[in-house]
Amino acid sequence: MWSIISVLVENKPGVLFKITNLFRSRNYNIDSISVGVTENPEVSRMTITTEADEKQLNQIIKQLDKLIDTLEVKLLDEKKSVYRELVMMKLKVSKPTDIKEITDLANAFKCDVHDVRKSSIIVEITATPDRINALTDLVKGYGILEMARTGICALARGYGDEG
Amino acid sequence: MEKISGARSLMIALEKEGVEIAFGLPGGANLPIYDELYKSNIRHILVRHEQSASRMADGFGRVSRRPGVCFATSGPGATNIVTGIATAQADSAPMIAITGQVPSKMIGRDAFQESDIIGITNPIVKYAFQPMTPNEIPEVVKKAFYIASTGRPGPVLIDIPKDVQQNEAEVHFPTEVKIRGYHPWVDPDITQIERATEMLLSAERPIILAGGGVIISSAFAELQSIAELLMIPVVTTFKGKGSFPENHPLSLGPIGMHGHAEANKLMTEADCVLACGSRFSDRSVGTFEEFERNLKIIHMDVDPAEIGKNQTTNVAVVGDVKTSLRIMVKMLIQKAIKRNGESAWAKRVKETKDYYRENLKIHPHPLAASKVLKKLREVLPAQSIVTTEVGQHQMWASLFFDVIHPGTFFSSTGLGTMGWGFPAAIGAKAAKPDVPVLDIAGEGSFNMTENSLAVSVLEDIPVIVFLLNNFTLGMVAQWQRTFYDRRMIGVDLKNCPDYVKIAEAYGAQGIRATTLDEIGKAVQTAIKSNVATVIDIPIDPQEDVLPFVAPGTSLKDMILPS
Repeated sequence: MWSIISVLVENKPGVLFKITNLFRSRNYNIDSISVGVTENPEVSRMTITTEADEKQLNQIIKQLDKLIDTLEVKLLDEKKSVYRELVMMKLKVSKPTDIKEITDLANAFKCDVHDVRKSSIIVEITATPDRINALTDLVKGYGILEMARTGICALARGYGDEG
Repeated sequence: MEKISGARSLMIALEKEGVEIAFGLPGGANLPIYDELYKSNIRHILVRHEQSASRMADGFGRVSRRPGVCFATSGPGATNIVTGIATAQADSAPMIAITGQVPSKMIGRDAFQESDIIGITNPIVKYAFQPMTPNEIPEVVKKAFYIASTGRPGPVLIDIPKDVQQNEAEVHFPTEVKIRGYHPWVDPDITQIERATEMLLSAERPIILAGGGVIISSAFAELQSIAELLMIPVVTTFKGKGSFPENHPLSLGPIGMHGHAEANKLMTEADCVLACGSRFSDRSVGTFEEFERNLKIIHMDVDPAEIGKNQTTNVAVVGDVKTSLRIMVKMLIQKAIKRNGESAWAKRVKETKDYYRENLKIHPHPLAASKVLKKLREVLPAQSIVTTEVGQHQMWASLFFDVIHPGTFFSSTGLGTMGWGFPAAIGAKAAKPDVPVLDIAGEGSFNMTENSLAVSVLEDIPVIVFLLNNFTLGMVAQWQRTFYDRRMIGVDLKNCPDYVKIAEAYGAQGIRATTLDEIGKAVQTAIKSNVATVIDIPIDPQEDVLPFVAPGTSLKDMILPS
């Protein structure tokens, strides 16, 4: 079961190490992790996605919660949260028409293209994993030269608001 | 405000926490700390190897229920206490380990005697601090003691770079600290305790499983009240051994790999277990799936992460075990519930216990472990503290040495650290000088920390080493006999050294006892003389520890002596 866990932690050195080391030492899996400071400079938010069964997920949350440097651990409901990932792909340009085709695809996916060159082009997409996978499938044929992903970043939706 | 050094502020902070004794060994990177130790009122116990410092601090902490303190220098000094820290973590023992570190500017440059002890110990500490300025130290110390001793206790590391020990600053000593991500005490949920009580009352074949948490929270009286009010038999984990008097009619002793036959048997027959402060270790329960089959599990624990970790729980009560049990006792008294021992289950329990106690075959040797340890029990006062090493002698102690006074038996049960028992006994004796302290040892384990005899003698902290000497790494030998078709390798210690002479070389008393009578007399001599004593008891190298639940099997597959 793919799950998103949102963890508020003390923003200080060594905390990321403790979190990742916990996953390693207890044989849990990190699918992606993104970290950044929050509106409070003393607090960072880590968004961790993991593949685990219910029992293991339960343990992951409890073990994270047990760490003294974690302030809040939440399992995010996919339907009740906004989650996105930013991905950049450097695609191979083999013939001049590739640029037009790729730009059209990017427009259809509402994403940007950068660094347009004779032999390569960079596509940047911020979307849910499903949309990212859909685009990736479509552009695979051109040849993906390089790829960089940020990992999922997520927030729970507002209270009482089902939008 | 006057400026003081980091080392000075450390010493003041330790004194404010009530530290009177610390175990350690100095080196280049902690000399400023030692220079302040020289000026302080804290008694320093010089060890011969840092590993023993951490184990003495561990033993001190378990007995006094206050964190034991140990010092080590950077690099190898720090890595030498790693096993001691891991042992304390596995058994939830309160400990403060204070290491010197290379000067802050040298960190990361692979300096002489530099080791990343914070990184190395990360998975085996409850928390670790590395103060980078002298004025952080008092708050760090206060937080360290708070973390180490509250909730589920554990080891806390404080790693102090040498320049931070030396530099001076205006230092403020806080009287209390707050850690926003740490909530060690949770009030148990009354509704859950009600549900637990109902489940226990409606069970036909209830059993209590008492773990180490009962000892840590001193919930002895509460546990006994529940057992007696409901006439429920009590099994323990090995760590929980002695949380319930083992001469009590309802006591069945420890379950597990080398549990009592009656305990293992009745555990598998029970339909509901009240588990108090136990983490359901594989050594206690065998295979997890088999253990929980047809069994309702009520789990009380201070650590929410233990709920559901190894076993599926039917009712969970998160909170201090003593508090939870006390509430349960009140509920039972309010409901005026008092049972007699007339149920079919009570009869089955008694019959099973009597059967195994009368019919288990005893090893045919004049110094069979059971005879030797029963002799020890006869002559050792009940309030004495007993530690063990790790191996066959430890499991024989579990099987044949009854703990009468709750909370007087300590062993490295989780990590299984050989060489733990002797230094831990010295720490225990330092915490409780008025009672005899005895380490039930095997020679394989004793070899690992026997140089602590110097500490026991020179610091006048006399403990007794009760050495069951089979000239073999006995437990490994037993597994080689049982699982490897008697291909014996790496187990023969060939009666070297002579432990009486070793004792004498250190200025301790060495006694060789070759009959039960001599054993009894030797223990009495050791207690009376109040000097460090090694009692060397040659036993049969061929004796196995039985019953035995082989690894990866369930309690019902217990192998009995034949």
